[in-house]
Amino acid sequence: MKKAGPLGLWLAIGWVGFVLIPWYAQSRGLLDPGWILAWDRQSTAPGLQQALLHGRLWLLPLVLPLLAPLVLLGRRQDTAAAANLLIACGALGTLYLLAQGFLIIHRGWGFAFLADWFGPLDVRQFGIGTGAALTLLAFLMLFAQGIAARGAVNGDRFVVGSITLIVALVAAFIFFPVARILTGALQAADGSFAPVVFVERFLDTRIWGLGCLAGGPRCGVAWNTLTLAIATGAGTTLLGLAFALVVTRTAFPAKRALRALTILPIITPPFVVSLAIILLFGRSGTVTQFFADLLGIDGGRWIYGFWGVWLAQVLSFTPIAFLVMIGVVEGVSPSLEEASQTLRASRWQTFTTVSLPLMRPGLANAFLLGFIESMADFGNPLVLGGNFQVLSTEIFFAIVGAQHDPGRAAMLAIVLLAFTLMAFWAQQQWLGKKQYTSVSGKGDAGMPTALPTPLKWTAYAITVPWAVFTAVMYSMILFGGFVEIWGRDHSFTLRHYQDAFGVTQGAFGLVWSGTAWNSFTTTLWIAFISAIPTAMIGLLTAWLLTRQQFGGKAAFEFGTMLSFAIPGTVIGVAYIIAFNVPPLEITGTGIILILAFVFRNMPVGVRAGIATLAQLDKSLDEASLTHRATTFQTVRLILMPLMKPAMLAALVYSFVSAMTAISAVIFLVSARYELATTYILNRVEAGNFGLAIAYSSVLIVVMLIVIGIFQFLIGERRLGRRGAAAPAPAGFAGAGR
Amino acid sequence: MSDITVRFDEVTKAFGETVAVKEVSFAIEKGHLVTLLGPSGCGKTTTLRMIAGLELPTSGRVHIGERDVTNLPATDRDVAMVFQSYALFPHMTVLENVGYGLRVSGRPKSEVKERAEQALTLVGLANLGARLPSELSGGQQQRVAVARAVVLEPEVLLFDEPLSNLDAKLRRRVREEIRELQQRLGLTAVYVTHDQEEALAISDQIVVMNNAVIAQVGQPRELYEAPADRFVADFIGDANVVEVTITAIDGELAEVIIGNARRRLPHRGLAPGPAHLAIRPEGIVLAADPAEAAIGGRIKRASYLGSHVEYDIETPLGELFVTDPDVNHIHVVGQDISLDLGTHGVTLVRD
Repeated sequence: MKKAGPLGLWLAIGWVGFVLIPWYAQSRGLLDPGWILAWDRQSTAPGLQQALLHGRLWLLPLVLPLLAPLVLLGRRQDTAAAANLLIACGALGTLYLLAQGFLIIHRGWGFAFLADWFGPLDVRQFGIGTGAALTLLAFLMLFAQGIAARGAVNGDRFVVGSITLIVALVAAFIFFPVARILTGALQAADGSFAPVVFVERFLDTRIWGLGCLAGGPRCGVAWNTLTLAIATGAGTTLLGLAFALVVTRTAFPAKRALRALTILPIITPPFVVSLAIILLFGRSGTVTQFFADLLGIDGGRWIYGFWGVWLAQVLSFTPIAFLVMIGVVEGVSPSLEEASQTLRASRWQTFTTVSLPLMRPGLANAFLLGFIESMADFGNPLVLGGNFQVLSTEIFFAIVGAQHDPGRAAMLAIVLLAFTLMAFWAQQQWLGKKQYTSVSGKGDAGMPTALPTPLKWTAYAITVPWAVFTAVMYSMILFGGFVEIWGRDHSFTLRHYQDAFGVTQGAFGLVWSGTAWNSFTTTLWIAFISAIPTAMIGLLTAWLLTRQQFGGKAAFEFGTMLSFAIPGTVIGVAYIIAFNVPPLEITGTGIILILAFVFRNMPVGVRAGIATLAQLDKSLDEASLTHRATTFQTVRLILMPLMKPAMLAALVYSFVSAMTAISAVIFLVSARYELATTYILNRVEAGNFGLAIAYSSVLIVVMLIVIGIFQFLIGERRLGRRGAAAPAPAGFAGAGR
Repeated sequence: MSDITVRFDEVTKAFGETVAVKEVSFAIEKGHLVTLLGPSGCGKTTTLRMIAGLELPTSGRVHIGERDVTNLPATDRDVAMVFQSYALFPHMTVLENVGYGLRVSGRPKSEVKERAEQALTLVGLANLGARLPSELSGGQQQRVAVARAVVLEPEVLLFDEPLSNLDAKLRRRVREEIRELQQRLGLTAVYVTHDQEEALAISDQIVVMNNAVIAQVGQPRELYEAPADRFVADFIGDANVVEVTITAIDGELAEVIIGNARRRLPHRGLAPGPAHLAIRPEGIVLAADPAEAAIGGRIKRASYLGSHVEYDIETPLGELFVTDPDVNHIHVVGQDISLDLGTHGVTLVRD
């Protein structure tokens, strides 16, 4: 009666990984068929052959946990003995594989004391490859099968397997690298363990100094970052509230145009706003020159510094606050306001005593989002900061600058991470406990109350100029790419586009001669490849979180949403520290970029999935289960088709955010795998604004087209009564691109 | 033993601190329709979901047929369930919905189609197989849900408040259809509802639950005429429960003092002393003449409902709820009246 489990499949995968596929990473990738059956070479031999032919005897014990479960094939696996055997083989295999990977690395022993004990080691090993990865996957799944056979989560193998896989991935690609930062900060420049250095680095006046208060030249970066984040959070929240009020509570004529603003942060490469500000207020910017001519003074570089960064950040992040506040303002039930008015309150009293208090948690949430975004922002401070340094840029310079001090970068990353995690935690607290859900499932008739007149005009006075300003900025970006040199020579030219995206007729057909083609195509395919696992892992996680009960679920949820709160610069530093040496040696490859994108954007997929699953009645799953479908069949036949819109949304948003990412990947790009954003940033730093602007415009247009196609596809989708509309990506915003 | 289809032995289900079902035991005979009845939060739905395998018990054993299925998940149990929301898959046609269980069990396509069509014919929707669920009315969707469950020929068919989304008139008709189908196919069915009238109308056996435990198990008539305790008397048929005194026990009968009246009633295991008496609203006879009064009272509220009149009457025993089929003589509010106990619908109950 019980349907056969997939034990045979996992064992087969384990054996294939161990005896057929190269154990170590292949420099040319698996697509080059040179590795097939090439057991005589050290680099390409699979695990078993490595042990038998190449003296890596420590791999031999892995045979045992792969052999033992074979006795269970064709027998009952839900007995206690079978379950214990599977758990033992899976756990021992996993632990042994990881242990040997960390203990024996490319330069012999992984830890100095091992060499003292056992003497030097002649045979070394490289970073693990596909063979080792498959074997590891098999061990993890054997373990999961065993746990399920013991009766965990109602004995559901699919659920236990999924949880195990996601926990393993999150541990490997979020917790492990972040933990490596901590150990990195404890290491002195020569790599030795030195807690004293840690304290020294932590107390550095460049981080915590308060010199500026005493009239000195500057404060520590930590204070700079905090001040900026608070100012940005406050600015974006106020503007977001004003926009949300105008759109939802007034008869403002251009509401649709205002709403369109919410899409901007999704499609805007991270430093484009800064570029536009330079075009307006920079030394040769339009506004600067206008006033310089008028008053006969020199424009100067006043925009570079705190206020420039602040302006850029408020411009960049206001749409996010707007998106959050729309939800909050619409969430205030009209019938509550009507009740207030029938109780003789004036419109102003209604607003201040009912509506505003109900919005308070939303305001806090919007503020914290702005705060986190500002902390994590990298592009704007880098372009506009001048002498004003914040943590994210300091981290960058500590890694790539002349000082090259990974230990200091790690320390700064810890400070930044602590700040954002505290804000994230506070935000979760607010959301968890203080949410006044005023929208019930019941039909809620009634019209939203109009704003009191003075408030309405205040909101207009704030939003209209700001919207115009934003519109001007974006048109500058679009037009700026078509002039020779902004501010000096405004004659029309296509030169920048030709430089970037030129195609010439060569002797052997078309030549993609533009300098941007390489980074552009790399960006497109890496963004595309990473979108697929992002959506799948995200939705699977969402399904586990909403539909399954299991021990440690709260911790699981925290772990999967954590990468949302980790600034991109921190992830970037963590990845180069963690993945530069075996057992996982992937820096300089395309894989590290894909992994960075997948685990940075995973929360987006999770949120899209949670939003959609909330609309799908749980009894649909249960109906499928009681009609004899397995969990896997239920997911495949019922949930996947119904979640298509969410899947598309997750795909598109992770694709788009991968295209606009900068902070994490700037540490991870290599000559071979250069991305659009890093290329543009290099152009900006070289002073080549025209090309940077032209390239940015192309990116914006490409992303607009992608989103447009997506909206069109979703718009066609109708599922009738229980229609699962595409979830609005509410709160869609990671911590820094 | 083989005539028992579902058996619960001391089954308990706890969700963290809250105990939803506490040490519940019962057995369901093959071919019977058994209703789990009780107020919301009494544990009836949890009990049903434990039969389905959607919840696994914290302790105790569950048997279906000869098998111990205590730790078997829903997929592997021989049950099928009709959900309150119907839970029709919105992306599949009606026919695909009905054939779903057969399809995932790996039946050949031709058989899936044939049997799904038969099941649709059974519920009278033979020509609607190509539609989407959203194109059907509520009553039709309900029948599709039934067909989808019946087609699997399960050992037990489960119904979770299947009629609560239908309007009153339709509810009556559909419940008769369900009962008729169940008897015709000889299916064993477990049916959850909070509507006592529905339960009385269709059940072979009713399990009344309250506060996570079983209050009483019995045939509909048994429950109505001999409620085990105050809760059952009140929940089924809105009985008035009044305090009385038993003065003596004489064989099967007890001497009972009700206010200033005396009656002899079956003692039902109660000893002399204070006791409770359940009086059905229709078990009280009203008379305008106060002279021969057993109990005096005054009309507090009167509602004319066409077929009968409902009264709230203030009496020395407390406020009593009375229904009177005599619609030609309506007593007005404030009028003094005398009440007498009829021969039916009066029974001593445990606390």
